[in-house]
Amino acid sequence: MSQIYEAIRSFWLPEQASTTAHVIDAPFMFILIASTIMLIGVTFYLFYLPWKYRRRSSADVPYPVKENHLLEMSWIVIPTILVFIVFFWGFKAHVDTVVAPADAYEVNVQGKKWLWQFNYNEGITTTNELVVPANRPVKLIMNSVDVLHSFYVPEFRIKHDVLPNRYSTVWFEAVRADTFQILCTEYCGTGHSVMGAKVIALGAQEWNEWVASGGGKGIQPGDSPVELGEALYTKNVCNTCHSIDGSAKVGPSFLGYWGETRNFVDGGSAVMDEDYTRESILYPAAHIVEGYQPVMPSYQGQLSDGEVYALIQYIKSINGADVPATFAEGGFGGDGDAGGADAADDAAADAPAAE
Amino acid sequence: MASSTATVAAPAHDAHGHDDHHGHDHPPHLKHYFVTSEQQFEAAKLGMWLFLVTEILLFGGMFVAYGIFRAWYPELFAEASTQLDTVMGATNTLVLLLSSFTVAYAIRGAQTDNQKVLFWNLVATVVLAGVFMVIKYFEYTHKFDLGIFPGAAFNPTSDVVNPTEGIFAHPRAGVFFSIYYVMTGIHGFHVLIGMVAISILAWKARQGKYTSAWYTPVENVGLYWHVVDIIWIFLFPLMYLI
Amino acid sequence: MATAVKTPPSLRPQTHQPAEHADRAAFPPGHEPRFHYLIEDSKDDHHNYGKPKSFGRHVWEWMTSVDHKRIGIMYLVAISTFFALGGILALLVRTELAMLGDTIMDADTYNRVFTMHGVVMVFLFIVPSIPASLGNIIMPIQLGAKDVAFPKLNLASFYLYVAGAFLAILSLRTGGVDTGWTFYTPYSAETGTAVIAMGMGVFVAGFASILTGINFIVTIHKMRAPGLTWNRMPLFCWGLYATSIVQVLATPVIGITMLLLVLERTLSIGIFDPALGGDPVLFQHFFWFYSHPAVYIMILPAFGVISELVTTFSRQKVYGYTAIALSSVAIALLGFLVWGHHMFTSGQSIVSSIVFSMITFLIGIPSGIKIFNWIATMYRGSVWLVTPMLYAISFLFLFTIGGLTGIMVGALAVDIHLHDTYFVVAHFHYVMMGGTVIAMLGGLFYWWPKFTGKLYHEGMGVASAVLVFIGFNMTFFIQFVMGSQGMPRRYADYPDLPWLEPLHQFSTIGSYVLGLGLLLVLFNGIWSLFKGKPAPGNPWGGASLEWTHTTSPPDPHNFSRTPLVTHGPYDYYTVFNGAGDGAMGDGMGDGANRPAPVPVITEGAPQEFDKQIDLGTKQA
Ligand code: HEA
Ligand code: HEA
Ligand code: HEC
Ligand code: CUA
Ligand SMILES: [Cu+2]
Repeated sequence: MSQIYEAIRSFWLPEQASTTAHVIDAPFMFILIASTIMLIGVTFYLFYLPWKYRRRSSADVPYPVKENHLLEMSWIVIPTILVFIVFFWGFKAHVDTVVAPADAYEVNVQGKKWLWQFNYNEGITTTNELVVPANRPVKLIMNSVDVLHSFYVPEFRIKHDVLPNRYSTVWFEAVRADTFQILCTEYCGTGHSVMGAKVIALGAQEWNEWVASGGGKGIQPGDSPVELGEALYTKNVCNTCHSIDGSAKVGPSFLGYWGETRNFVDGGSAVMDEDYTRESILYPAAHIVEGYQPVMPSYQGQLSDGEVYALIQYIKSINGADVPATFAEGGFGGDGDAGGADAADDAAADAPAAE
Repeated sequence: MASSTATVAAPAHDAHGHDDHHGHDHPPHLKHYFVTSEQQFEAAKLGMWLFLVTEILLFGGMFVAYGIFRAWYPELFAEASTQLDTVMGATNTLVLLLSSFTVAYAIRGAQTDNQKVLFWNLVATVVLAGVFMVIKYFEYTHKFDLGIFPGAAFNPTSDVVNPTEGIFAHPRAGVFFSIYYVMTGIHGFHVLIGMVAISILAWKARQGKYTSAWYTPVENVGLYWHVVDIIWIFLFPLMYLI
Repeated sequence: MATAVKTPPSLRPQTHQPAEHADRAAFPPGHEPRFHYLIEDSKDDHHNYGKPKSFGRHVWEWMTSVDHKRIGIMYLVAISTFFALGGILALLVRTELAMLGDTIMDADTYNRVFTMHGVVMVFLFIVPSIPASLGNIIMPIQLGAKDVAFPKLNLASFYLYVAGAFLAILSLRTGGVDTGWTFYTPYSAETGTAVIAMGMGVFVAGFASILTGINFIVTIHKMRAPGLTWNRMPLFCWGLYATSIVQVLATPVIGITMLLLVLERTLSIGIFDPALGGDPVLFQHFFWFYSHPAVYIMILPAFGVISELVTTFSRQKVYGYTAIALSSVAIALLGFLVWGHHMFTSGQSIVSSIVFSMITFLIGIPSGIKIFNWIATMYRGSVWLVTPMLYAISFLFLFTIGGLTGIMVGALAVDIHLHDTYFVVAHFHYVMMGGTVIAMLGGLFYWWPKFTGKLYHEGMGVASAVLVFIGFNMTFFIQFVMGSQGMPRRYADYPDLPWLEPLHQFSTIGSYVLGLGLLLVLFNGIWSLFKGKPAPGNPWGGASLEWTHTTSPPDPHNFSRTPLVTHGPYDYYTVFNGAGDGAMGDGMGDGANRPAPVPVITEGAPQEFDKQIDLGTKQA
């Protein structure tokens, strides 16, 4: 019996990966099963009655049927009882799951077109990766910098709109260390369907290590900047706005402009070199390229020097420019301040030119 | 098919539009799809009432918005309302009330077949409505002079209003005035429509179109005018006084 | 005054025989001159009837006609056009989703396409659909009236609708709108697309809807034929009555909402835009205060149609007439108190969510009463499975699914998971497409002979019903599964959920099958106009006035004499067994109205039946 139930549940619903998922699934399953039974009943009569009382002669005029009050009462009373059960169950399940435990670990979430930024108390900032400890309640305090978004993790059965003028919260406790999908479920424009992100739930030890490493941003001198840059290109969602095949998306393509003169909306211009590119990543609002909107978020505080360096090398490599094989070769001795984004703030201003 | 029937057409359909009571010479205002004058009159009146319900709901939506913003920024609304000219507002209230009376008398005139009363009261109503609009015009232009525009154009920068202190320093000061302009603006639009409608009535009354036997348009426009008046009766205290 | 009739209209005897029938007798059977509304305009001077007219004259007469049937047909053409447009946009949506990545368009185009699909379907198609077309054509006849109460207003409302549609289409010229049909702020206040034109379009079309509503309420109150008491009114009219109440009470609010949105964009008045001190959630409250009741504007007329279909084709009195009539009104009124169920995740307070959820469930009860009563109507009936009845049975099945899944999303905790996923998309297509559209198709087939005077092709009709049923379920049932598995709506692509691709493909194929079925419907209609047999007055053996008291197509003034109603609309036994009016104990019978024998269509001389009905109901 419970196996059949489980089979039905997993046909309809994703895996239950949070401690509250089963509370929400229970009323879902109840309504599903009750509805199915009701639908089968209705369908039976929709076949049976037209067949049983099919017209045999065009002159048939059956005698009127007397109404049966018992029958009528039953189809008022039974549904009434059912909807009350459903109402109480649905409302109780909501009340039981909506309030976060007091000891929850808090993360600040910002939705913006079209990415998620997560700010941790430890001073770490991540984009599109929400790294959390498994088996510990996590509370998200969310707001939006532009339009409405909505934070949805199907496996956790949580969803809440993210608003520009107030904070909203959701909470969850992942039941195991794994990666889960975050989706945006409030329409927010062009990139609405690619505003996905991941929850990465870590075991206790990995979590501690991740926090200690300031978000795991260590770069070794032997690493390849282009490889890292390529990874960052998708991880930091540059790809939602910048293509690498020359086609314009929300922002200009990374292909085709290296070394070219870029014209700005304010009439100025600059050659696209390392300095200009760094500035574009860290202070995008400083110069807006002609033909584009000032929508690019700043990555200041999120990308370490080494990461910015890696991205620049990656952009160069797309354009066929010479790039160093390793950080060391490029004269960049690795991430001096692996301490993370917080420290990178000031360092960014006078970062090594790395040429 | 049509041509083959031409010969019989005329007699065959003589019954149309006359129905059971053909033979009566029925009055010119009675549409053929109604059976009696009462039916037609009641239909028109019910239709008008329903229309007025939709008008009230239209303004109802705006009153709700007003209420919500007032709840959010009570001190702003209380203080900003002092910027409105209560004397002009009160005068306008009286003017509209008076016009409600004149329109009621016009209807009375129609009912008693007193064409003079009917006509001159309609004219008086239009004039009073005109007075209302003129006063409104002065209120608006005075505000525009001070830079109090609706929405983004809101820019109170004259010597009289100081944008750095008092109510104009409130970051949401523009919202109150936006709501003020939207609500009084839409109300004013209704007054204008009323003026046009009543002018047409007066013109037709002049030709003796309305008698105690049939004055449905006068009655219905009168109802409309009362509703326009009532809405102002709510707007005035909400905007100007509290 | 000469017209101050003293006898109440309901008691006036009907004695004389109109002259026209005598004249007609002079023609060979089947060649009687016919004065019907498709040829003659109700405005025409009676003495012009039958005079030949130029084509241009016909067109002009149609465009300026105040005849409710002609206006209804103009509405029908306009509405079908928008349904086809919305449907083609839907097929584009489905085609894009069939494969991962940009299949036929990019994300911006997709957003415009699904928005246009939603707006066209909701504001230009489904809100006016049944009331403005079938309602306009049939309701006054069912009431025994010559026209609606305000025929000119009726025409004005049609042109307002056209103007609104024109504005909405105009927005395409300036790049379309990409906000979704819900126009949520602040996105709609800042997107670069043509929200103003679209907002005004919705505003103007809303005005048309209000005027239709007022017109119908007054017509139902004041224009009923003598003897047609409230409890003898056909259920289609009850459905339209409830709908009209909602139209009148809810539509002004969408009007003001759209107006404020337009002002927000033009003047930045700051009511909805948080950047200026406004509140986007306030916009949602305003929007849903209209748009939830609007879903009952969409479904209540469909309920009315289904009531007619089920009883006529079971030739059995509707089971629980009063319950069905009053439950419509109950649904209409309760529908005003549940709008917050669209906003469970928006940040409204938990208490309001709980109240909204509670009232939402209450609506399930009157809806259930209807479903069960319709099913019970078939009990011991004589069920005739022709095309309209097949659509009616499809409706009962599909709407039950749609309604029960409405209960699912109405449950607070469950909706947290399901909100804004394809589960909701599937829910509302089951109620709107599977409910309203299927009912409208059934109604079209049912009344087609009446208002075109032609019989459609039965075989093609059945085939279309089957194709539509299969295609529809293929398209949308799978979307329930996708949705509860987490597929969000309004997604141009689903790179994060690649394993859903085959399910999307299945749905897409279903939508093509559905489109094929609908094409067949269209083809059937066109075919019948040219090749269809002439329809008898009462091809189905219906017992309401449009079947028993007038020809197909009806006279420009509907009836040659105002009918005197002596029994309920579904007293088949009375009507066809000639059992006399007293048999049903309604006390109104005077014997004068003894009905015709069973006028069921068979092969052969439909004209015979036509004559029987015409004369049969009028014999002294
Ligand atoms: C024709 C239109 C129509 C109709 C009739 C309905 C009918 C109902 N709808 Fe639906 N709905 C929409 C059109 C419609 N809806 C649309 C367009 C949306 C989405 C808008 C958007 O976001 O774009 C929507 C969204 C929507 C939501 C929001 C979901 C979300 O966004 O998260 C909810 C939540 O409560 C809901 C509930 C209901 C309910 C309870 C009914 C009830 O009226 C159903 C009642 C019927 C039955 C229950 C079935 C028959 C009854 C029985 C067989 C008896 C037994 C029953 C019981 C014991 C309960 N609807
Ligand atoms: C009346 C309402 C209605 C109807 C009938 C339909 C019909 C259909 N809808 Fe629509 N839909 C909506 C209202 C409706 N929809 C709304 C309100 C939304 C939400 C928009 C938003 O999010 O903002 C939506 C969204 C929506 C989506 C989700 C998009 C997204 O979230 O990304 C999808 C996807 O599959 C879809 C598909 C379809 C399909 C395949 C049909 C099919 O049923 C269409 C079938 C029709 C045809 C194929 C046309 C063929 C006809 C002819 C060729 C002529 C025949 C003419 C006559 C018979 C007169 N619709
Ligand atoms: C939300 C969209 C968006 C995202 C995400 C985004 N950008 Fe941009 N980017 C833009 C836009 C729009 C412009 C052009 C306007 C401007 O100059 O600000 C731009 C400009 C640039 C430029 C200048 C390009 C030129 O041709 O002059 C660079 C370099 C750049 N972005 C790098 C990045 C990198 C690296 C990332 C990710 C770490 C990124 N962007 C993420 C939108 C985005
Ligand atoms: Cu962000 Cu959708
Ligand atoms: Cu709803």
